[in-house]
Amino acid sequence: MTATTTQSRSRVSYARAIGEAIDLEMEADPAVVVMGEEVGEHGGVFTITRGLLDKYGPDRVIDTPIAEAGFAGIAVGAAAAGLRPIVEIMFADFLLVAADQLLNQAAKMSFMSGGEIQIPMVVRASIGAAAGGPHHSQSLEALFAHVPGFSVLLPSTPADAKGLMAAAIRSRQPAILFEHRGIIFAKDHVPAGEHVVPLGQAAIRREGADVTVLSYSKAVHDALAAASMLADRGVDVEVVDLRTLVPLDEETILESVRKTGRVVVVHEAGLSFGPGAEIASRIHEQAWDQLRAPVLRVGGGDTPVPYSQPLEATWLPGQERIIDAITRVLATGG
Amino acid sequence: MDDIEQYTRMQLIRHFEDRCEELYRATKVRGSLHLYSGQEAVAVGACAELGPVDKIAVTYRNHGWVLARGADPRRLFAEIFGRSTGCARGQGGSKHLGDWQRGVFPGNAIVGATVPLAAGAALAARNLRDGSVAVATFGDGATSQGVFHESLSMASIWKLPVVFICENNRYAEFTPADRMNPASSYAARGLGYGMETAVCNGMDVTAVRDAVRQAVDRARDGAGPTFIEAETYRLCGHMTGDGEQYRTDEERAHWAGLDPITQFEHHLLDTGLASKDDLIEATEKARNTVDDAVEAAWNDPLPGADEPLLGVLSPTWKESA
Repeated sequence: MTATTTQSRSRVSYARAIGEAIDLEMEADPAVVVMGEEVGEHGGVFTITRGLLDKYGPDRVIDTPIAEAGFAGIAVGAAAAGLRPIVEIMFADFLLVAADQLLNQAAKMSFMSGGEIQIPMVVRASIGAAAGGPHHSQSLEALFAHVPGFSVLLPSTPADAKGLMAAAIRSRQPAILFEHRGIIFAKDHVPAGEHVVPLGQAAIRREGADVTVLSYSKAVHDALAAASMLADRGVDVEVVDLRTLVPLDEETILESVRKTGRVVVVHEAGLSFGPGAEIASRIHEQAWDQLRAPVLRVGGGDTPVPYSQPLEATWLPGQERIIDAITRVLATGG
Repeated sequence: MDDIEQYTRMQLIRHFEDRCEELYRATKVRGSLHLYSGQEAVAVGACAELGPVDKIAVTYRNHGWVLARGADPRRLFAEIFGRSTGCARGQGGSKHLGDWQRGVFPGNAIVGATVPLAAGAALAARNLRDGSVAVATFGDGATSQGVFHESLSMASIWKLPVVFICENNRYAEFTPADRMNPASSYAARGLGYGMETAVCNGMDVTAVRDAVRQAVDRARDGAGPTFIEAETYRLCGHMTGDGEQYRTDEERAHWAGLDPITQFEHHLLDTGLASKDDLIEATEKARNTVDDAVEAAWNDPLPGADEPLLGVLSPTWKESA
């Protein structure tokens, strides 16, 4: 089973790339099934599961009622008993409806059985605040990173979306992959055929010497745009795409910190008690001597996400705040 | 599972639970236990109708079910004592006892959670075409949980091979069951989801067997789920240490008079299926099994303080070189 790529590459959307990964795994193993609202006949509200129902039939592409807790729980039982379900939760906010089934059941079943039971289950949920308001905008990766039991995956590119989806399914353990709605139709080169991105392996998106920006999902693109602007001012920014929070690629992070000594973590999830806080803490504990300034974080607001455009724009960690944080970290300390 | 074996298992459960009560009072067990005394007919009757690859999702009132399924009492006591030889290596304790080799999920402390688990196992049975069925056991109180309703609905629309067994022991923790159900009965909850329902005397193992047999046959035939309300009673508290102020001595005495083990004894003797000696021998065997299991498990080692935990996340898919 090899991971990479053929020479022929094509521009494929993030959504299509995920669909391809799912299709390949479903072809390889009849135990892989897809469950969720509108995933079958409709092909998924974000088109990701388009074509799968025709190809694999209703026993394997299951349109569920609007019952997240119920079908997430059913997926757990099915996973224990030999299926490999991929559960689509339409908006990450609705994960909370299934909180017990995901965080008490899926995340703990193997542990409670002393390792006898495996739960090969993947959850997919969309994130990304864009006119959705308080119930359609949350980024909840911190919750899933904090309660032990799930791998947490946040691809920023179509190729990674395909590769991480494949890795999640193949890991045969609970995994949650967050799909950002702001980049879900963005197209980029995606290897054809089998493509797997190892879990716990960050990617350097832009090499730089002055400051390290750690990010994931759509915020990587915002960080790259900020880096571009700052390059004109003679600031050389290294942008590291973490790809996965669990497992976290500490090695790549610390290598970059050794190089630059200055770090900004950027994520769309709310700032307080967010992933940036954990990452900053680890860097402070493990690389104190290499730091020239405290690690700064840029995150979403500490309120529910507001609807009105100017309010939402303030809530989001936009260009200005990223550039501001990078500027501040360069101006701090030695 | 023949009649003598059923009787032996019921006695095994009763002795096991009585022993648990003693151990708890002697402060030899951490945390509290949720005992099954009085409800033996349901677990044994149901398990007598199941095959080796069928699955059961059980609650925290799980000892009876795991024993009824044939699990090794020593591994169960070891788990209750937190020993590394326990069925979950000491990671779960009493309320999470299970036996996956025999298709029993670890006990679930989240009320209602057994229902989607069993429906899910049934979904797997459907897709894998292995002919198995899944059983969800839960109390009357669990029928108030949202996932109960969601799971019954999905099991019904997809005709999943699952049997839902509601052990109505008349109390949802400390509250009388009737106060928490707006419908005329618990079986009526199943009707609302378009499935076959049945009410059976949960103090009579033969009645439970009949009800479960029909449900299992229906499931294996592809005709979908059944909801069984088993009317039963726990002759012990909700958990060890429960003062039981919420029910009267008269009520307890009434139900003790309907003890499922005594009823089965009468049935076996009256029908000539067993002799008095058979029953005495079976009871002795059950008692000795429990005694031996407790002694062996008590002497088993605790896990080391730095013992690695199993069943924790360790996603290892990495590209091979």
